[in-house]
Amino acid sequence: MSFDFLSDKDRIFTNVYGFQDWGLKAAKKRGDWDKTKDLIARGNDAIIEEMKASGLRGRGGAGFPTGLKWSFMPKEAPKDKNGNPRPSFLVINADESEPGSCKDREILRHDPHKLIEGALVAGFAMRARAAYIYIRGEYIREAETMFAAVEEAYAAGLLGKNAAKSGYDFDVFVHRGAGAYICGEETAMIESLEGKKGQPRLKPPFPAGAGLYGCPTTVNNVESIAVVPTILRRGAAWFSSFGRENNKGTKLFQISGHVEKPCVVEEAMSIPFRDLIEKHCGGITGGWDNLLAVIPGGSSVPLVPASQIMDAPMDFDGLKELGSGLGTAAVIVMDKSTDIIQAISRISYFYKHESCGQCTPCREGTGWMWRVMEKMRQGTADIEDIDTLYEVTKQVEGHTICALGDAAAWPIQGLIRHFRPEMEARIREQSGEPQATAMMEAAE
Amino acid sequence: MADTPNTPDEAEMRARWGGFAFTAVNAKQAKKVIARYPEGRQRSAVMPLLDLAQRQVGEETQTQGWLPVPVIEYVAEMLDMPFMRAYEVATFYTMYNLAPVGRYHVQVCGTTPCMLRGSDDVMAACKNKGMVKGKTTPDGMFTLTEVECMGNCATAPMFQINDDNYEDLTYDSASAILEALAKGEQPKPGSQIAGRQSSEPEGGPTVLKAMVDANHDYRKEY
Amino acid sequence: MPKLTVDGVELEVPQGATVLQAAELAGKEIPRFCYHERLSIAGNCRMCLVEVKPGPPKPQASCALPAAEGQEITTNSAMVKKAREGVMEFLLINHPLDCPICDQGGECDLQDQAMAYGRGGTRYEENKRAVTEKYMGPIVKTIMTRCIHCTRCVRFAEEVAGVEDIGAIGRGEGMQITSYLEGAVQSELSGNVVDLCPVGALTSKPYAFEARPWELKKTMGIDVMDAVGTNIRFDARGREVFRVLPRINDDVNEEWASDKTRYAVDGLLRRRLDKPYIRKSGKLVEASWDEAFKAIAKQAKTAGDKVAAIAGDLVDCETMFAARELLSKMGSSLLEGRQTGLAYDVTNVAAVNFNSGFNGIENADVILLIGSNVRWEAPLVNTRIRKAIKNGAKVFAIGPETDLTYKVEWLGDDAKILKRLPKKLSDALKDAERPAVIVGGGALAVEGVHGAALKLADKFNMVRDDWNGFNVLHFSAARMGGLMLGYAQSGGMADVVAAKPKLAFFLGADEVDFGQFEDCYKVFIGHHGDKGAHAADVILPAAAYPEKNGTYVNLEGRVQFSDKAVFAPGDAREDWSILRALSDVLGHTLPFDSFAQCRAAMVAAVPQLAEEGVVSFDWSPPKLSDKPEGTLAYPIKDFYLTNAIARASQTMQRCSAELLHADDMLEAAE
Repeated sequence: MSFDFLSDKDRIFTNVYGFQDWGLKAAKKRGDWDKTKDLIARGNDAIIEEMKASGLRGRGGAGFPTGLKWSFMPKEAPKDKNGNPRPSFLVINADESEPGSCKDREILRHDPHKLIEGALVAGFAMRARAAYIYIRGEYIREAETMFAAVEEAYAAGLLGKNAAKSGYDFDVFVHRGAGAYICGEETAMIESLEGKKGQPRLKPPFPAGAGLYGCPTTVNNVESIAVVPTILRRGAAWFSSFGRENNKGTKLFQISGHVEKPCVVEEAMSIPFRDLIEKHCGGITGGWDNLLAVIPGGSSVPLVPASQIMDAPMDFDGLKELGSGLGTAAVIVMDKSTDIIQAISRISYFYKHESCGQCTPCREGTGWMWRVMEKMRQGTADIEDIDTLYEVTKQVEGHTICALGDAAAWPIQGLIRHFRPEMEARIREQSGEPQATAMMEAAE
Repeated sequence: MADTPNTPDEAEMRARWGGFAFTAVNAKQAKKVIARYPEGRQRSAVMPLLDLAQRQVGEETQTQGWLPVPVIEYVAEMLDMPFMRAYEVATFYTMYNLAPVGRYHVQVCGTTPCMLRGSDDVMAACKNKGMVKGKTTPDGMFTLTEVECMGNCATAPMFQINDDNYEDLTYDSASAILEALAKGEQPKPGSQIAGRQSSEPEGGPTVLKAMVDANHDYRKEY
Repeated sequence: MPKLTVDGVELEVPQGATVLQAAELAGKEIPRFCYHERLSIAGNCRMCLVEVKPGPPKPQASCALPAAEGQEITTNSAMVKKAREGVMEFLLINHPLDCPICDQGGECDLQDQAMAYGRGGTRYEENKRAVTEKYMGPIVKTIMTRCIHCTRCVRFAEEVAGVEDIGAIGRGEGMQITSYLEGAVQSELSGNVVDLCPVGALTSKPYAFEARPWELKKTMGIDVMDAVGTNIRFDARGREVFRVLPRINDDVNEEWASDKTRYAVDGLLRRRLDKPYIRKSGKLVEASWDEAFKAIAKQAKTAGDKVAAIAGDLVDCETMFAARELLSKMGSSLLEGRQTGLAYDVTNVAAVNFNSGFNGIENADVILLIGSNVRWEAPLVNTRIRKAIKNGAKVFAIGPETDLTYKVEWLGDDAKILKRLPKKLSDALKDAERPAVIVGGGALAVEGVHGAALKLADKFNMVRDDWNGFNVLHFSAARMGGLMLGYAQSGGMADVVAAKPKLAFFLGADEVDFGQFEDCYKVFIGHHGDKGAHAADVILPAAAYPEKNGTYVNLEGRVQFSDKAVFAPGDAREDWSILRALSDVLGHTLPFDSFAQCRAAMVAAVPQLAEEGVVSFDWSPPKLSDKPEGTLAYPIKDFYLTNAIARASQTMQRCSAELLHADDMLEAAE
């Protein structure tokens, strides 16, 4: 049975490629800001229930049910020590920095009003006073668009006092980062928003209890928020009609690497890998026989070898079964021309570069892992070093405050799990032909 | 950072930048930025203000800009925060330049998705124009940095030069862009593949074709 | 009171305890580096990992996890052992193997914990990271390659010292701890980071390469650099005190000490009076004890009862008592300790005491500082005020504006403000539950301030059964003891001068205006060749504080005993024994032959000095003029050079020059 591809009428991000204007007028024509007031009139709890029913799981990587997350926010504002109620905040994570991920960028620059409307509705549902959209610093033009879009929304009365005539006061602010992957971690993002270094906080307390400025805070991914108005308008049943059980909805997939035509595309969840590539990406470079491995969810998930991924459904559970994950649905495809050890080593370098330096295992371990990975790439390590490396990844994984340690460990674990013979072969080859090193050095 | 560029001599920096203040336009902008955060939380504005200050330094020096210590202190003072805390922020985030850079800061993405699609060629194009990683060309025109994933993976490889991204690069197109910049021209940002709008598959989208030529409203088809 | 189990043993722990504290209560040792009881929780070293059920199937940082009902905490499982070994291995991969030349050796947490929880060897074959040293000032020496990034120093500087001069710049493995732009840390508490540093990254500059901890004899003492009475430990070898470290006393200094307390001890080796001297034809010449005593005896004959004794700031109670007894036998009670001429009313000691206590002041909700630069007069009281502010207190101050490390509402330096309080202050005091005033020693010099402050205390109900918010902040270690021993004339030094003594004993008194005593035969009993010795007719070399046993009363009226750590140099003797020997020659033999007997006699005379602890003085404030007139000023002009020992200390001189007079130095260089 072939896969039911998503039809255009069921796509949420209709201007994802930016062929049309991002501005308010054009966005309204596409259906944004359509009776937003009525969505809000449904009430906080009804919105949250609808979101729960839709089966939407967070689009930022971890896949936590979005509606459930919102329900953790306090219904009664907690009081500060002077007895004044504390406001709640929605923080929208637009710090898209996971290697392979490039979907939020398209929303920010091509469909900003979906995000702003979503911010209002979601913010209202969780009883937040304001939303901060934290955009990674490198998205300079994207942030310019967001600033302009927010200004448009204010000018049109869609934000601010009595936002969209809903009777609810709500502000949306745009905040730019300045170059730190770790700020995509929710508590690091909160720290960064407070004007500090982006170092993740200890949990507990969780942000829903004490987040931004010590106030209840929910951090949601851009895509998770931007799909909210459409889900509410078309209904939970519509959204949950796509994808397998527990993996509902539509999703922006980002395919990079060795495909004929890399792209970003919105598809139904659970689309088989082969269909995704064939339909939208023009196939694997050199054909399917040339496929080596795929990192299906952004750099932090383990790679999956070609044979296992080809017909796997692209969703949370399907990829988990393969020992990997959907992550942000950033699909990095590698064909047989790839030096797989180098590809992973470059990811190790990324994590070494992006470790915030707070926790010992990550600060020291990411550097160690990268250095050993470089030896693996060159083949100058010993065979036993593979086991040591694996153990080191295990000593980092699960021993840090945030998940960056895990994210640095998993790609290497995936490599060793699936490509150990290649690693060993390179070491053997290297020790058998010592002149190869000299040649490489000379080449540099 | 271990590879923190050597910051210039402090006395020199103070002599040159000790009197730094925002221009009237930027002062107004700074006020607007601070107003985004709740009262008493003005420290939240440190990142945007450091960026603003770096841009002003850039304008004054005809470069991308950098953050001399007195400028960081100026921002810290404005926000009533200890210098150390502002300095920590300036050193933590990679987009703040702690040493002068050139007119154009060429930031080549070298992370795996770009690497798979030929970032080495882009890097080679830069090096072939006399650039050295981490250094500024003698004419002060280009500073070359290898950066981590810039989030343009579906249009890889890419580099960001000052505020613009140039995507779908090849050795030749990267070279052409650098040459254009050197001549004082402004090359077209975005994908360098003719006809590619953004992240749709090359050659035209496989979906939402109705959107290409018109602002199509799909609601009628629900 | 959550009930939980630790390694299978059930116990109840206090509400709000962490898993780490619960494990400790169960008698389990939990290794840690970043966690420190007196600092905020960072949770970054990951050494304290334990297994906790319910919870995720991975080890948890016990320092940051709240203990909860029904938790099963495991500290000895294979998972925990492996986690600790892993973290330890990471800590060591970039830590240099330079223990043999590291001053932390022998008292290094990393060494100890590596032995207890580490693997046998390393698997790291790459090059180790090297980090450049950071200048942090005259006190703290850095070897930053050893740093394990626990951030204790950063948190101490921010939270306790209130000086945000230390931070962690950069990120990842390139993160570096540094002072701001590698300049000196502008804090009088900087030495505490040396103790806090769990490794040898921050060590003591003055003590560098001096000794190994196991070679040093440790003696419990009391500090005399200010009136806080910091509990200290003298670490000595032979006759030399190599360093002073704070002892933990939650009621007094917690576990901190000021830089002066720690590092003025090198002054004990310089400018010492180690022989008696007699002034002959205007010049001080060496003499024997016998000659010196005879010279004094000759004067005593003509002086009769025209004798006075002036106590310096550093003397112990026994010395003051012995001198008082000698004078009494000679028929005089002309005793004074307020060398600079202060003459505040002391009819009620409570009215010149720090009644809130150090722990108590943390609970004040409004504090008014009157002419007190707390930061310099009592740095460790300043940290308490910082805690009060953290608890929500608001601080107002009358006096010249200065940086106290916290937010202060400055009201000006005119003493008259006390009579017409600004509304914001009177409103705050009115609404406060536990209002407090702190009157500085300098303010007591200004006419009417003492009375006005007492009146304020009365008006705002600061003295009640459950709260006494009236505080005087002295900065002389000898002050409270001196007042209890009668070292105060109603008119202060002016009374002493007016009585025209013919013979006066200056007990380490260096701050007196000696010009007032031109016609008086001046006997200086002290340990340093400072102002007092220069003015003296006879010098009797005595013992400095580590060189004698002694009783001290701190500014909150706390009696504390200090033990002798080393012998005084040369011919110098302990003060009480000098007075005892002299009394013989004068024909007024004092009735004690040992220090113990001297102390017993003192306790018999002043029973409040018998036991360690806070003396409770009855509150019966005198009626005083409450018309303040004048300008408030701070008496201490240089924190680092407040007494003869500090002035003789090269370290303190360096601190003064660099931290307080750096601008002068720059000018001089130009």
